[in-house]
Amino acid sequence: MGLEEKLPNGILLATVEGLVNWTRKASLWPATFGLACCAIEMMTSGAPRYDLGRFGMEVFRPSPRQADLMIVAGRVTNKMAPVLRQIYDQMAEPRWVLAMGVCASSGGMFNNYAVVQGVDHVVPVDMYLPGCPPRPEMLIDAILKLHQKIQVEPLGPVRAELAAERRAQGETLELLPSSVKYGRK
Amino acid sequence: MGMFDGIAGFGVTFSTMFKKVVTEEYPLVKKVTAPRYHGRHQLNRHPDGLEKCVGCELCAWACPADAIYVEGGDNTPEARFSPGERYGAIYQINYLRCIGCGLCIEACPTRSLTMTNEYELADDDRQDLIYTKDMLLAPLLPGMEQPPHPMRLGDDEQDYYVQGPEMAKRGLEQAGEHDLDTDNRAGANALPGAALVGKAPEDQR
Repeated sequence: MGLEEKLPNGILLATVEGLVNWTRKASLWPATFGLACCAIEMMTSGAPRYDLGRFGMEVFRPSPRQADLMIVAGRVTNKMAPVLRQIYDQMAEPRWVLAMGVCASSGGMFNNYAVVQGVDHVVPVDMYLPGCPPRPEMLIDAILKLHQKIQVEPLGPVRAELAAERRAQGETLELLPSSVKYGRK
Repeated sequence: MGMFDGIAGFGVTFSTMFKKVVTEEYPLVKKVTAPRYHGRHQLNRHPDGLEKCVGCELCAWACPADAIYVEGGDNTPEARFSPGERYGAIYQINYLRCIGCGLCIEACPTRSLTMTNEYELADDDRQDLIYTKDMLLAPLLPGMEQPPHPMRLGDDEQDYYVQGPEMAKRGLEQAGEHDLDTDNRAGANALPGAALVGKAPEDQR
């Protein structure tokens, strides 16, 4: 058919999109953005027992310019919302947001005047992670599901149009639980 | 010490090489949670497949985060979903609000609502995280029948509640199984052989 038939053994071909997405997902650097109790679980996830370093993201970047992923860990108060937005705006694209815990996802049990009812009022969220707080395995699961999403992200406007067309036809990405997708058979 | 101070710290690093690795192999090996872990909810069934939920909304009242929405419906002779008068016609749990405190489990008068050890819930769609009744209901075990159907194991609901354990045993003998725990107390699925719960919703989705 094409080039792959003429190649010698031991040479693999991939699309540029696949390669770029692979590099992006394999070194997803999170910004330090702990707001409440979920941040304790987030810190634990980076520690040796759960070791986010296995997925190329053990260092929580203190500066948003070097970060790709914002893990909103905890409830966002109305006073904190502009700060959160500013940190998001300072992050260089491509960037992703993970709403960790029920408070960041929807306000959780804090349905009151002080707390933003879901961080997606302020920034676009790519992954919602329920739990109060979610255990570190749940955070790892959410991050790996986000990896699945990043791996199929379109590169450039033409591919984005094609992806939008496929979505319009009802094609969706099925997010498998991590222990099913990556588990030892 | 003196002259060795500079390299003494390396001793810590070196000795760590001979220690057991503490890192969990989570995505490769699924972490088994504590037996009474507060995971995803499950709506249980009687041994003949009828639902245990009677639509009383006590779980919704107990919920501190207002994550549960229940609407009761009347059982009719033609369409019976649970023993007794009422059943939960609409049952939804919003996992974006649920804090897993377990107060709903304590409030449930029929032990219909229990929690499983399932915890991989993350999703990218808010709508998908509102679990509806078909996702929460326990899977049909051998010997069970999809409601609606008449009461198979007694004349009225009192038989279901008073003779519950004996009925479970009988249903068990009929099915020829030995590890059925239809009641599914929290943690039952952590025991080997009882891994029947918490599987169906993913399959259905």
